[in-house]
Amino acid sequence: MTDDKQRYLEIHDVYKAYGSKVILDNIDLKVDKGEFCSLVGPSGCGKSTLLRLILGEESPTSGKLILDGETIGHPDVNRGVIFQRYSLFPHLSVMENVTLGLRLGGRTDAKSLSDKDIRDEAMVLLKKVRLDKHENKYPHQLSGGMQQRVAIAQALIMKPKILMMDEPFGALDPDTREDMQLSLLELWEEEQMTIFFITHDMEEAAFLGTRLLALSQYYTDDRGRNYENRGSKIAVDRKLPQVASPTNVKHSPEFRDLIEEIREQAFNPEYLQHAKEFNLSHPNAFVSLTQEEAGIKR
Amino acid sequence: MKSPLIWGVNARPTVWLRWVLLALPFVLLIAVYLYASDIRLTDNPADKLLPSFSQMADAVKTMAFTEDKRTGSYLLWSDTYASLKRILIGTLLAALVGLWLGLNNGLFPGMDATGNPFITFISMIPPLAILPILFISFGVDELAKVMLIFLGVFPLISRDMRLAVKQIPHEQITKAATLGISQLQLAYRIILPQIMPRLIETVRLSLGSAWLFLIAAEAIAADQGLGYRIFLVRRYLAMDIILPYVLWITFLGFMMDWFLRWALSYFYPWYNKGGKND
Repeated sequence: MTDDKQRYLEIHDVYKAYGSKVILDNIDLKVDKGEFCSLVGPSGCGKSTLLRLILGEESPTSGKLILDGETIGHPDVNRGVIFQRYSLFPHLSVMENVTLGLRLGGRTDAKSLSDKDIRDEAMVLLKKVRLDKHENKYPHQLSGGMQQRVAIAQALIMKPKILMMDEPFGALDPDTREDMQLSLLELWEEEQMTIFFITHDMEEAAFLGTRLLALSQYYTDDRGRNYENRGSKIAVDRKLPQVASPTNVKHSPEFRDLIEEIREQAFNPEYLQHAKEFNLSHPNAFVSLTQEEAGIKR
Repeated sequence: MKSPLIWGVNARPTVWLRWVLLALPFVLLIAVYLYASDIRLTDNPADKLLPSFSQMADAVKTMAFTEDKRTGSYLLWSDTYASLKRILIGTLLAALVGLWLGLNNGLFPGMDATGNPFITFISMIPPLAILPILFISFGVDELAKVMLIFLGVFPLISRDMRLAVKQIPHEQITKAATLGISQLQLAYRIILPQIMPRLIETVRLSLGSAWLFLIAAEAIAADQGLGYRIFLVRRYLAMDIILPYVLWITFLGFMMDWFLRWALSYFYPWYNKGGKND
């Protein structure tokens, strides 16, 4: 293990509680540059809370979050985001939405760009997401899938250090969804992005990405079975096949087995794994359980 | 499957039937009026309460197309000009101030902490109750009347604009921050354009109370204006003038409403289309 080496995104001993209710319970995570992490978990496990912490919309109750050597603050240009809805500004056209970040000077080199440079750069991205014919339309004139593709272009033009995606394809129909998954994988390979992708769809999580994380509140540890106020932990952290594969891999037996395994480990309220036995096989995985959690007597 | 023409939730009135249904209450109202007026006038030709249409037409001719002997002006038009000026200035001021306050209170929690309770307090003061104070402090000229309209309308606009800002999904504010937008740019380039259509709608709804405050102010102290004229000729029971004036005010209000609706759909075609594909 290479614990001491500085990683791109680091999360150390992060707790998040609302009032006395603990949501995230001692989360540790290190992510390399260029990694595509998918995060799944049962509903209510705190996936979106973790995203909001990394995004800086909320601060942790305790613990540290570090991106590229700097402690994470309020949302800024270093982190791009795509939500399930409302990522686009309804009063701006597709082109205006995509160029907004450059025109309002959010990217450091954007001040030296002429109007034409900005449009050209946006056009390149719009071509990549196959929307170059729709630059003058407004968001309400586009389908759900097209809106999300504009949102991707709008975020990518800022060249963020990390792209956060919160169930971005959750509101799309299955065919569009599969199509979007493939385009996203293509874009990720082309642009060498670091992506943090949240979904409640296990198939989507196992299909996308190089690393699969599962957050779960269904586990036990040495604080005892009767310990009530347990928040979610990362219960699965494993490597996925590195290459973007065609969608028919979703029907292969290995893929089905993987999904079954994670369903059992993270989604089954009856199956309480001990925190020491989580499948944290990813080379970057690390945990630091507290003494109470690991049962070390003081 | 046949849909009923008029009754029930499945009704699909045809185009001509829609026109008939639209005209029906107006035709009934006019018919009842003409009948009642006719009865009274046959009974007493000097009756002033329900004048006939020709009497009203004569009155309109005097008011609108005959020079007034005392002032040398055409009264209907000078009244209309005076009233429109007051209501437009008052409402416009209220819209601008309400928009600005609502935008800042809705977006910036620090401003909201001061602004919202205070504006809520102001909005609870019945404007007509402070009309005497306005006349005392601003005189009986134009300023007091404009101030009454302004004070009567701006709290509602401001509070509604605040709610409109609060309704903008928080995702957009985060999104703007990840694009590197400054707080002022957020307020004036992202939030402001999105609440402008709501401002138009709120002003549309506020015009009713603006007219109310205008007529009230004119009734008490003025030397011209639509409300002033109505309350003046009331002394002579001149229903032949009052009724056309009321219709004229209604028409002006309708035109303003129509104009605002047109502006809404012309300038903000994306409004109210959120999440829907058409």
